[in-house]
Amino acid sequence: MKRDIFQAVADPTRRAILVLISSSALTPNAIAEQFQTTRQAVSKHIKILNECDLLEEKKLGREIYYQLKIDKMKEIDQWLEQFKKIWEQRFSQLDQVLLNLKSKENEN
Amino acid sequence: MKTDLLMNFSVDKENKRVNVKREFNAPLSNVWSAWTEAAILDLWWAPAPLKSETKSMEFKEGGRRLYAMIGPEGAQGWSTFDYTSISPKTNFKYTSTFCDAEGNPNSAFGSSFWDVSFTEQGDSTIVDIVITRDSFEELEKIIEMGFKQGFTSAMEGLDKILVEK
Repeated sequence: MKRDIFQAVADPTRRAILVLISSSALTPNAIAEQFQTTRQAVSKHIKILNECDLLEEKKLGREIYYQLKIDKMKEIDQWLEQFKKIWEQRFSQLDQVLLNLKSKENEN
Repeated sequence: MKTDLLMNFSVDKENKRVNVKREFNAPLSNVWSAWTEAAILDLWWAPAPLKSETKSMEFKEGGRRLYAMIGPEGAQGWSTFDYTSISPKTNFKYTSTFCDAEGNPNSAFGSSFWDVSFTEQGDSTIVDIVITRDSFEELEKIIEMGFKQGFTSAMEGLDKILVEK
């Protein structure tokens, strides 16, 4: 299942998990220990983050470690940057329209 | 003429809210007209090379604008604005929804809720836009629908003009 990347950051627990695993790889148990919720709840968040393709999985012995895929987080920023540029372009077009309105008024 | 016009852009992911604030070097009445009259709105709403074409627009509370964003290859993306509140030359609010050419909503995407405020400040006018939505998917869809492409080709066009000069 492919999820909207914004679902990952929409929840405070998931944001906290992303912060935790951005600096070091952690096992699901180590992640769960940081929260007062149940392990099942934390597992569910990890599952969602995984479906958003934000997690890098590493197997060491019998343990699975999760680390944040930094590039994926950058995608969000790049995408927002695109959105910002759309507004900048739209507004510079509006500047021109307003300038034309003004000169039309001056003619009359 | 003032060239360092204020522009603020912030995204509150948690509350699914985008805030855009911009200063315009024009009197309030002109800026208001540019946002509320179909003929003027179509001149600037779509980032080039996309074009905005309003099929119908009734700017009043309970009224609707039905328009399309038209791509350079003729692709059409239809939307409606349903105006929910209007305070002349001060503020208006509307709900924006993707739809077909007849205005039937595309249920795959939620609506976004726009709150646009106007303030006169000396010779300029400040427009403050707050967009709230059910999900960010709609914004992603906008990008997918060709804005990204449109923006890139606009930049390429500009590059070409600069090279020719």
